[in-house]
Amino acid sequence: MAYRSFTLEMMKNDKGGKVLLLVLLALIIFVPSLNLFTSTDSVFHVSTYTLTLLGKYLCYALLAVALDLVWGYCGILSLGHGAFFALGGYGMGMYLMRQIGDRGVYGNPELPDFMVFLNWQELPWFWQGFDMFWFAMLMVIVVPGLLAFVFGWLAFRSRVTGVYLSIMTQALTYALLLAFFRNEMGFGGNNGLTDFKDILGYDLQAGSTRAVLFIASALALALGYLLCRYIVTSKLGRVVVAIRDAEDRARFIGYKVESFKLWVFVVSAILAGIAGALYVPQVGIINPGEFSPLNSIELVVWVAVGGRATLYGAALGAVAVNYGKTYFTAVLPELWLFALGALFIIVTVFMPKGIIGLREQLRKKRSEMKKADSGEDTSDSPQSEGSQ
Amino acid sequence: MAAFTAPAVEQSQLSDNTQFSDDTDTLSFEQAVALLAEKVNFKQQEENLIRLSGYEDERVYNILYSFSKNTLFYVKETKELVSAVNVGDSYKVTSVLAGEVLDITSKSSLKKVKSKNSLRRLAGEYLAVLGLKSKNVSIRKKAVYDVIKNVDEDAYLTLSKLVKTEPEADILELIQVGVAMWEVDSDIQQTRLEAIETLSESLIPDVRVKLAAFNKKTESGEYVETDKRIRTAAARAVGKIDERIGFFSFLDNVVFGLSLGSVLLLIAIGLAITFGVMGVINMAHGELMMIGAYTAFVVQQVLPSHIGLSVFVAIPLAFLVSAMFGIAIERFVIRYMYGRPLETLLATFGISLILQQMVRVIFGPTNQAVETPPFMSGSLEFNPIFAITYNRLYIFIFSIAVLLALIYILKRTRLGLQVRAVSQNRQIAKAMGVRSEWVDALTFGLGAGIAGIAGVALSQLTNVGPNLGQAYIIDSFMVVVFGGVGNLWGTFVAAMSLGVISKFMEPWAGAVLAKILVLVFIILFIQKRPRGLFPQKGRAAEN
Repeated sequence: MAYRSFTLEMMKNDKGGKVLLLVLLALIIFVPSLNLFTSTDSVFHVSTYTLTLLGKYLCYALLAVALDLVWGYCGILSLGHGAFFALGGYGMGMYLMRQIGDRGVYGNPELPDFMVFLNWQELPWFWQGFDMFWFAMLMVIVVPGLLAFVFGWLAFRSRVTGVYLSIMTQALTYALLLAFFRNEMGFGGNNGLTDFKDILGYDLQAGSTRAVLFIASALALALGYLLCRYIVTSKLGRVVVAIRDAEDRARFIGYKVESFKLWVFVVSAILAGIAGALYVPQVGIINPGEFSPLNSIELVVWVAVGGRATLYGAALGAVAVNYGKTYFTAVLPELWLFALGALFIIVTVFMPKGIIGLREQLRKKRSEMKKADSGEDTSDSPQSEGSQ
Repeated sequence: MAAFTAPAVEQSQLSDNTQFSDDTDTLSFEQAVALLAEKVNFKQQEENLIRLSGYEDERVYNILYSFSKNTLFYVKETKELVSAVNVGDSYKVTSVLAGEVLDITSKSSLKKVKSKNSLRRLAGEYLAVLGLKSKNVSIRKKAVYDVIKNVDEDAYLTLSKLVKTEPEADILELIQVGVAMWEVDSDIQQTRLEAIETLSESLIPDVRVKLAAFNKKTESGEYVETDKRIRTAAARAVGKIDERIGFFSFLDNVVFGLSLGSVLLLIAIGLAITFGVMGVINMAHGELMMIGAYTAFVVQQVLPSHIGLSVFVAIPLAFLVSAMFGIAIERFVIRYMYGRPLETLLATFGISLILQQMVRVIFGPTNQAVETPPFMSGSLEFNPIFAITYNRLYIFIFSIAVLLALIYILKRTRLGLQVRAVSQNRQIAKAMGVRSEWVDALTFGLGAGIAGIAGVALSQLTNVGPNLGQAYIIDSFMVVVFGGVGNLWGTFVAAMSLGVISKFMEPWAGAVLAKILVLVFIILFIQKRPRGLFPQKGRAAEN
């Protein structure tokens, strides 16, 4: 009962969140059933392609929610969240790779194809255990979490903040990109991990497996959202917001700023890792390209487009931008980068609160214009929102 | 072991040579040449070559050259010997005797003269001996250098004659090394010791191999070289050579590292202005470099026959073009977001995407090659271990010049004074009559312009493509952050030390791992000193 009332308390002032959860519920119910139980020529049929695409968007949305937690609420602009996503993806990829067994091109029951190709004699130590699903899933959580912990512990303790932190996170993902490109690393180098066959014994190409993965992604997003919402409405969340707005004051009051930041950062990294792990079986490949700094920055724009510090805005932004990307790259591939670039500029210059904040922004503007009409003093141009 | 067997082979060829050299008197040069086109077996063809090399005719060099490059043919009908060189889709066919270009464009009417790998190598060896007599200094030097690798008696005799006549000091030194390479195998101990002494001064790899061979053991554990004094002398000589090689390769690494550093300096220094002085995170910095590089490309397309001149035109032009773009970026985007560095970062990243795609649409997605002007190709060779390529040398000098010019502008000009004033306290500067907006635009233009210049320099090192900027943007941020924001000397020290560090790590780590390690090093370093090597002091630093 106490739990229930707390959930209600947590969601009380969260209209957008409620909408998001309802939409997710609807998606979970309708999309897989429309995919599996209608005939392919029916108007209501959802193709497996669409299902997978939606599942991919949901993973991106979870990633965006994770970033919004650190950026929107804690003021840490991480330009390396793609790295945590990719690490989670590699964890899942390694499990799927081991599941191939002797069905690979070289038919080696122990070694993945690329290792046979590179003349490796035995499985490297860091590949041990990935044939077990529970172990791989543990690693999906532990590896990004640990990396975030070590990096955050070093960075926050020595008070690397703001732009410096952003550049350092970017350097981190760039270093990982270069590292994973190396064949010697043992993660398939340039080609990454692919040619997956099945997960937990179920064929990855089968529609029903895809449907389950879709449901898992939607559930992960819902749970991830609730977790983040829980964090930001808790007392800890209030402190985190205080740190965002005035780090020094929070420190002088007596809060251990580093610990709060570190905690939020690690949670966010773990969520990103889970998003990556769900993403890989749906797209069927993970390669070092996921570490590229461009991906991480793009992710920041999803959040900015949707609206920072709302959580559901981040999810909305992720889906909206990625839908745009799918649409543009199919119809006008040359224009996509122009559109994305323009989006970066427009959002930062004109829409500091994103799509979610647009209505409020317009209302404010209208009331200002009214004031100006009635002759009141509006000499001061509206000050910037005083964020980072 | 190759060094041991080689002289034996040379000996046999030598005897062949003497055996057939008598024929030279009986055949005319033209007849001797014509024999190459006859239907012969390999043995006879070898005799033909050997005979030919005995003639004192300038054309021998060309014929042997064509033969060694496998471009020597004869016309099927006339049996006239020609060289056929691939030029684009067709062939350029030249008569080797008359020296005139023939009107033949396909290979169908030609037949290759009898030849095989070992014969071509033989022709190459004769070429080397002929090259020794060349009037051209660089051909002669190269010929001596080639001969040293395998001195036979013939070459030895030629070299010992040349010792007396060679006017160029550095060639003379090489010739003496060549002579010593032969004498070190003679029978007289004193001569051998002296030869070893001469050889110990040389840094040519083959010399070291030769000397080191004296202390090799046979399988039964006995020394190949029986004379103990020779062995110790050779060992000492090898030690001396190794010491010098060690020193020079260290020096080579340092210089190469500094040259890497100068590239880092060039790409980072524009950022040091926009980021360091203005506090603007310009993610489009790399694309401004790219624009500079493309400017160099365009200038070269306009002036295709003046490659050397085009570089000098491109430098100021690239500065202007990139500065224009920079000022436009500042006026239309950045000025709305001063004080919001993280959002500037995102907006400028958007600009970088647009610029990249713009270039892709205009110039195509593939890389464009910018030609290197003649004065920048080649290298300044001090010895076989230590050499600086001219393009690296010039880029080093250039980057230092840019740094000094920038420091001059910031410290000694009115604009510089205003830039520093605005960066320290915008309000007070405004109150003192500084047009801060104007200064912002110019400062950003300056930083962008320098990025453009850096792009011209990069166009001489790598291919010019739409991704040029992305490849360098993280490096340039690393340099600025490592050196300490707002400090040009810090940027300089950081660039140079990062260049040298990565060069020294390369041999044992490989280029990519070295880069990763440098990144990790900087990430850790920033934890220790969050404000870089040379942090700004005072109240302004806290913002």
